[in-house]
Amino acid sequence: MAVVSLTVNGKPVSQETEDRTLLVYFLRDQLGLTGTHIGCDTSQCGACVVHVNGRAVKSCTMFAAQAAGADVTTIEGLARDGKLHPVQEAFRENHGLQCGFCTPGMIMTAVDMIRRIPVLDRATIREELEGNICRCTGYHNIVSSIEDAAKRMQADAKGKAA
Amino acid sequence: MIPYSFSYRRAVSLEDAEALLAKSADAKLLAGGQTLIAAMKMRLAQPSELIDISDLKELAFIRASESVIVVGAAAKHFEVAASADVVRAIPALAELACSIGDPAVRHMGTLGGSLANNDPAADYPAAVLALNATVKTNRRSIHADAFFTGMFSTALEDGEIITEVSFPIPERAGYAKFPNPASRYAMAGVFVAKTGAGVRVAVTGAGACVFRAHEMEAALSKSFTPGALAGIEVDPGELNSDIHGSAEYRANLVSAMAGRAVTAALR
Ligand SMILES: Cc1cc2nc3c(=O)[nH]c(=O)nc-3n(C[C@H](O)[C@H](O)[C@H](O)COP(=O)(O)OP(=O)(O)OC[C@H]3O[C@@H](n4cnc5c(N)ncnc54)[C@H](O)[C@@H]3O)c2cc1C
Ligand code: FES
Ligand code: FES
Repeated sequence: MAVVSLTVNGKPVSQETEDRTLLVYFLRDQLGLTGTHIGCDTSQCGACVVHVNGRAVKSCTMFAAQAAGADVTTIEGLARDGKLHPVQEAFRENHGLQCGFCTPGMIMTAVDMIRRIPVLDRATIREELEGNICRCTGYHNIVSSIEDAAKRMQADAKGKAA
Repeated sequence: MIPYSFSYRRAVSLEDAEALLAKSADAKLLAGGQTLIAAMKMRLAQPSELIDISDLKELAFIRASESVIVVGAAAKHFEVAASADVVRAIPALAELACSIGDPAVRHMGTLGGSLANNDPAADYPAAVLALNATVKTNRRSIHADAFFTGMFSTALEDGEIITEVSFPIPERAGYAKFPNPASRYAMAGVFVAKTGAGVRVAVTGAGACVFRAHEMEAALSKSFTPGALAGIEVDPGELNSDIHGSAEYRANLVSAMAGRAVTAALR
């Protein structure tokens, strides 16, 4: 047992937990942030993807203790002032989800993808989704959602720069 | 899935990691955790203590000189893939790093962890062996030819920590893998490297452990073209047969990937 201190969605958090507690259980069971899902629990499906220091990682394959001192963002931390993140908005408008189970991981992966590769084509999006599995959509609308979000964010960035 | 209990320690220096490792017989190093944590969750591994070295700046670097690229053991796959030095000097190594798993795995997984684990289907061992790299540890330097000793086994001794890997810069190099469609690990992956001393060809995924294809090396040393490989096949008797493919199928894949790797090297 040790006290793990980190920042989650911009707020400082300190909680005692077992050293063997996986980050995903820490987020879901101790912090009540159940937006992060557990699909496979074997680092295959990406339902558990969160950002640690700005980078997408699978929270089922990381101990909470490894995240001590880090800045963690979950799906709950994306919307700002009651406004959805552009990637969330694009998933909604492009019907990028059906049951929604994979969606938090898809969106966190997409936000990270757009950060690294601002200009995205469909083939690259599919490649980048290697670690995220969806059993419903057939991926087509997920790819469209990410393509749309990347374009909007690119336009927003240009608008701001101008 | 919940692993057995253990205690977690974050090393503050290499010496600290060495001392912590020496203190307990069942302690294990933790780097990216992308292999070890899965094994612990399945309760196939039961370390009493995990010593996290992923934060050690002294192990997380990439340095370039005229003749070598030196990559720290804790350098993550995405860092190697994106390193301007690696992309310039050994683009095949950057491409290999970029082909490991998926983006989230590449954000955590490290070179040292991959080599210490020596999964028969891992990518990095092929680069280390074909590029004739040297693996440095806290105790000694180990040549690539002596490092990989068998399936999931290496020359590393108890308490030995990989610190860096030194990759001589080749004239040309290429890597081609045929990924298993489900896991994306290599069904067969071939790394070819051409230097003043000749050509080295390393094969991963197809056998129990990464190995050199000597007949291909001799042919490519004479003529570094895909055509030079015509009719050369590695012995299926030495290869894996499983639900994903027979040994004969893998032997054919090795030849196909070797040709693609040479083509990539000639780009
Ligand atoms: C979904 C998924 C897909 C993957 N796909 C691929 C793939 O296509 N190709 C591929 O090659 N790999 C793949 N991997 C494995 C990945 O590359 C791992 O990151 C790597 O094998 C282990 O590195 P790590 O840093 O995560 O090590 P860890 O899991 O932390 O450690 C692995 C072992 O190495 C030891 N160790 C770690 N660092 C050192 C060191 N410096 N010195 C001595 N011992 C050390 C540990 O004690 C442990 O025994 C995949 C993994 C996942 C989860
Ligand atoms: S639950 Fe983590 S990858 Fe599937
Ligand atoms: S929407 Fe159901 S799993 Fe993707």
